Amino acid sequence: MTPFVTLDAVAAPLPVANVDTDQIIPARFLRKPRSAGYRNFLFADVRKAGFVLDRPEWAGAGILVAGPNFGCGSSREAAVYALVDAGIRCVVAPSFGDIFAGNAGKNGLLTVTLPEATVGGLLDRLAAAPGARLAVDLPAQTVTEADGTVHAFGIDAFRKQGLIDGRDDVDVTLAHAATIAAWEATDRDARPWV
Amino acid sequence: MTPRTLFDKVWDAHAVLTRDDGQTLLAIDRHFVHEGSFHAFGMIDHAGRAVRRPDRTYGVADHYVPSHDRRRPIADPEVANMVEMLRANTARHGIRLFGLDDPRQGIVHVIGPEEGLTLPGLTIVCGDSHTSTHGAFGALGFGIGASEVSHVLATQTLWQRRPRTLRITVDGAPGPFVSGKDLILSIIAAIGAGGAVGHVIEYAGSAIRALSMEGRLTVCNMSIEAGARAGMVAPDDTTFAYLHGRPNAPTGAGWDRAVAAWRDLATDAGARFDREVRLDAADIAPTVTWGTSPETAVPVTARVPDPSAEPDGRRRAQIVEMLDYMGLAPGVPLAEVAVDRVFIGSCTNGRIEDLRAAAAVLKGRKAAVPGLVTPGSTPVKAQAEAEGLDRIFKAAGLGWGEAGCSMCVGMNGDLVAAGERCASTSNRNFPHRQGQGARTHLMSPAMVAAAAVTGRLTDVRRLMEGA
Repeated sequence: MTPFVTLDAVAAPLPVANVDTDQIIPARFLRKPRSAGYRNFLFADVRKAGFVLDRPEWAGAGILVAGPNFGCGSSREAAVYALVDAGIRCVVAPSFGDIFAGNAGKNGLLTVTLPEATVGGLLDRLAAAPGARLAVDLPAQTVTEADGTVHAFGIDAFRKQGLIDGRDDVDVTLAHAATIAAWEATDRDARPWV
Repeated sequence: MTPRTLFDKVWDAHAVLTRDDGQTLLAIDRHFVHEGSFHAFGMIDHAGRAVRRPDRTYGVADHYVPSHDRRRPIADPEVANMVEMLRANTARHGIRLFGLDDPRQGIVHVIGPEEGLTLPGLTIVCGDSHTSTHGAFGALGFGIGASEVSHVLATQTLWQRRPRTLRITVDGAPGPFVSGKDLILSIIAAIGAGGAVGHVIEYAGSAIRALSMEGRLTVCNMSIEAGARAGMVAPDDTTFAYLHGRPNAPTGAGWDRAVAAWRDLATDAGARFDREVRLDAADIAPTVTWGTSPETAVPVTARVPDPSAEPDGRRRAQIVEMLDYMGLAPGVPLAEVAVDRVFIGSCTNGRIEDLRAAAAVLKGRKAAVPGLVTPGSTPVKAQAEAEGLDRIFKAAGLGWGEAGCSMCVGMNGDLVAAGERCASTSNRNFPHRQGQGARTHLMSPAMVAAAAVTGRLTDVRRLMEGA
């Protein structure tokens, strides 16, 4: 996967709570191969006139700032594919659906969790200054606004390193193959009904 | 020894190793794949990896299977390809498939329990968010994305950070026509669509204990709609009675040994949860949603909310947006809202008890609007037909289909038309979920049946008064 280290990009405000993965990519596109161009399916049914990503001020946005519980609902990893293929490499929100956040970390999409009041302020300022950029530094765990205001964020250490390295988790796990086999042998005796 | 929760016991028993950074390599007992898993098969094929435990992997055709005319080829070539890719991928890797023509076929979260593949204390994953359903048996079941599916295929494990725990205790006696669906919708309304993010819920209390396995499955199914990683109920005699004699359940002395172990899974007295929430079942009425998030659940006796009463600007804007999408005016009594269509089925409410509840309301009555009933599995379909439930649905004027996800998600072409309002037993009322422009109201099977009869959202208690 493409590593994520730092990103300086236009940030688009989407001041909506509970943006579910059905909205991010509707079900009818899930039968398409990735090569079909998932960027064309992003927010397909909710892109009304004036939708933030279609406005020239936010052209080429690489960061999305949204309301709480972003990516809730269906486990479809295609929601991450659609965002990444459309050039979004970072989503900032007060909280994320757990499955979405896990999927994001495996596809080079950084999810930044900041307090609701902080995100609220960001949303206001981004709406007031269309096309404003944010600078994201994953090793330093900071988001910096155009005026220099710095917001520190927390992230799971394993997910952070995986994003920085562009790591394939399966390789990490297969290094533990003997431990897995030993666990399976013990478990076979303990729970023969499995 | 420190008292432990049900979740702690299942988690600890599956921790292959835990790293200093807090990540645990969790062993997976059951892995279900479906048509949508083609991305994950592509990933392991691309990397040249084998499936580590095909004997613990099960394929299920459910999301894209047609509800009608199964003997004919699937008309849409893309839909047909999804079903065919699952067949080819499972065949190539030696994975047991519950395919389109299998008499045991059905929705993955219905047939897991039915086949006795879902057992207490197991870890169960699937590339489907409603895998939380299996927690009704005291299993740890959760949904994963395609990359994680490929990881489980290759290693039969997953890296996970230990989630927090939330116990939701529902005590008291629910009133008439208050089902597991009404309990879970009310729970989601109480804690919010993101209220349980990062948590595993344990459902406890006398009202949960009193539920059948079908009712518990409905409750655990919608844990994800509160943002929970999983939902669990401690196994008890109700659980064991359901499982005894199921095809893949242990037998003889093995059964006795398993039940003894399963009884020990219950949360120890004094075990600590990170959060606790309590509800009284007596306060819960038959429930419906008015908006485009499951958290917009209210008693059917309520009115459509007025956004001007919401002090927070962003929330007010979102209520306005939801009412606009749903075509609802503030202050209107929900029980006056006309519906265009009904849907009974899905992994939430497609089990035999759900169909019986709907049939009990529809018996001897006519539906005022069109609708579709799809059983959760082919065995449920056979059982329903043996009991004559299909004849009640058809006599009422509703369609009777084959088992699958159907109109809950519309992948097989069963769609609600733009602008149409659907009373549905499914789990998501998200915008455009049941079709572009479709308006979904979530409720129990009995409530959907009542809406079918009157052609509007209806308090099933009033319809059935004196009946």
